[in-house]
Amino acid sequence: MRALTWHGRHDVRVDTVPDPEIINPRDAVIEVTATAICGSDLHLYDAVIPGMQTGDILGHEFMGRVVETGRDSTLKKGQRVVVPFTISCGSCLFCKKQQYSACDNSNPVDTQDASELMYGHAMSGLFGYSHMTGGYAGGQAQYVRVPFSDVGPVVIPDGIEDEKVLFLSDILPTGWMAAENARIEPGDTVAVWGCGPVGLFAVQSALHMGAARVIAIDRHPNRLRLARELGAQVIDYSQTHVLEALMEMSGGIGPDAVIDAVGMESHGFAPDNIADALKQKVGVGADRAHALRMALMAVRKGGRVSIPGVYGGLVDKFPLGALMEKGLEVRTGQTHVQRYTEDLLRRIGEGEIDTTFLISHRLGLEQAPEGYRNFHDNQDEWTKVVLTP
Amino acid sequence: MRPIPIRFALPVALGAMAVLVMRNKSRAPAPAHPPDSAPGRTARQHWFGDYLVTGRTVTIDAPRQTLFDMLRDPARLPGILSNLQDMQAIGPDTWRWHIKGPLGQQIEAHTRIVEERSGESLAWRSTDDSPLDTEGKITLRDAPGGRGTELTARIAYRPPGGDVGHWIATAFRRDPHSQGRHDLKRLKMLVETGEIATAAWYKET
Repeated sequence: MRALTWHGRHDVRVDTVPDPEIINPRDAVIEVTATAICGSDLHLYDAVIPGMQTGDILGHEFMGRVVETGRDSTLKKGQRVVVPFTISCGSCLFCKKQQYSACDNSNPVDTQDASELMYGHAMSGLFGYSHMTGGYAGGQAQYVRVPFSDVGPVVIPDGIEDEKVLFLSDILPTGWMAAENARIEPGDTVAVWGCGPVGLFAVQSALHMGAARVIAIDRHPNRLRLARELGAQVIDYSQTHVLEALMEMSGGIGPDAVIDAVGMESHGFAPDNIADALKQKVGVGADRAHALRMALMAVRKGGRVSIPGVYGGLVDKFPLGALMEKGLEVRTGQTHVQRYTEDLLRRIGEGEIDTTFLISHRLGLEQAPEGYRNFHDNQDEWTKVVLTP
Repeated sequence: MRPIPIRFALPVALGAMAVLVMRNKSRAPAPAHPPDSAPGRTARQHWFGDYLVTGRTVTIDAPRQTLFDMLRDPARLPGILSNLQDMQAIGPDTWRWHIKGPLGQQIEAHTRIVEERSGESLAWRSTDDSPLDTEGKITLRDAPGGRGTELTARIAYRPPGGDVGHWIATAFRRDPHSQGRHDLKRLKMLVETGEIATAAWYKET
């Protein structure tokens, strides 16, 4: 089959690789009909996530048609499914608590050591996201092997086209959980850093959950336009003092909740970010956390901090004092996708949520490297790339 | 007596103070450390005489008896113990094991079951003719909150090659600590999910 493979920093290629097969009883094999490039794939593209190996197949947002099922799979051949990017067994302590992205049994034993060393505990398996999370082949390919296919995949009724439901695999639930983690109360002002796909879905979800005011922060005019169209007020950080503006726009109180949808590769020329960027260049393990630092400074006393943005390593110059002295509440984590899919699918079906506004480019799988380059270099126009194998 | 030049006064005073502080410290009674609640295998000192002691606890969502029966069934063990090459009964409750060691070495052990309490514990010890001197025990107890069973595996052994042998084995993750940890995870996966996770997506031919 053809698949998008990683070969190093800013080097992804479409290669011919072996076709996937059923390996374990609960597996299924999916023929991919649509897959997307995720903002977090750009962290891999920039080689700031440890544990990547040459030839790794990328992609963790995908859907398709079931072509093969293992003995214990509950799927049927021919069914259309969206596959969550988190691989979860459904039966461990964490899955039972619906903390699916903390699954204890989906990361193969041999690849658990790295995250145990780095984080104190082994992470769950994820599709196409380094060998720290299992080294599973991802979905930017013609076919994918899906482990625990009786737990993750969401069966999609005929009549809803792929593009309407594809983002159930990651970014829609991620934006939704980001807003949920902000514990929005009526009358709240919510500030969102980053108007990439997750930031935009967080804006949409926060308004859905009753925020009185959502303020979105970015520098790309087109992305700010999308946020404005969703109903947010916007701040262009290249033109405006963000902290001052947030105070003024929230009646001098500060946002009740802040959402960092940027993660480990903050942009900009703030002094702390220049130092972070240098350290990140020298070696993986140092994150650029400028957006998070700013969010902690901006949020009101006793406010809530939600971090859907991906971090992988260490940061310093961290305003821990602000966190403690202001009595902040922090909630974060990889998305527990399976917790949200059913509810969100219903909302999509009823027309309550539309996610297709995000898609800026549609390419064939063979053009995937071009998609990566543009999504990375031209973030203003390239807001979301959908690939069809 | 000539007075001490002023430029030496400060260092001399500091030196004297340091001596006093150190004397004082050495006179203070060593603080007694009453035993804490942590199991012995987590002590900073892993060596007990010539023996290294290691162990690991894992919570598995299954009844004690189920786990006990699995571990007591020789047919199930090769699927769980990844470094096991083969095992053979050589007497009543006595087994010969061949285990993959570091650098392509093979380690042989002969063990005899010395304690068996169904659903609770299983202990073994190497026989006198065993090339590897070792003993171990598995204990099973109900986990709180209906989480299944807390399984603890403990192994004491005299590492072949002593310190150096232990370092080499550790470097290649063929020491009982890493092996045991991995094998318990494999057991947990098998019991909780019915399979052992792998990222392989095609069968090697």
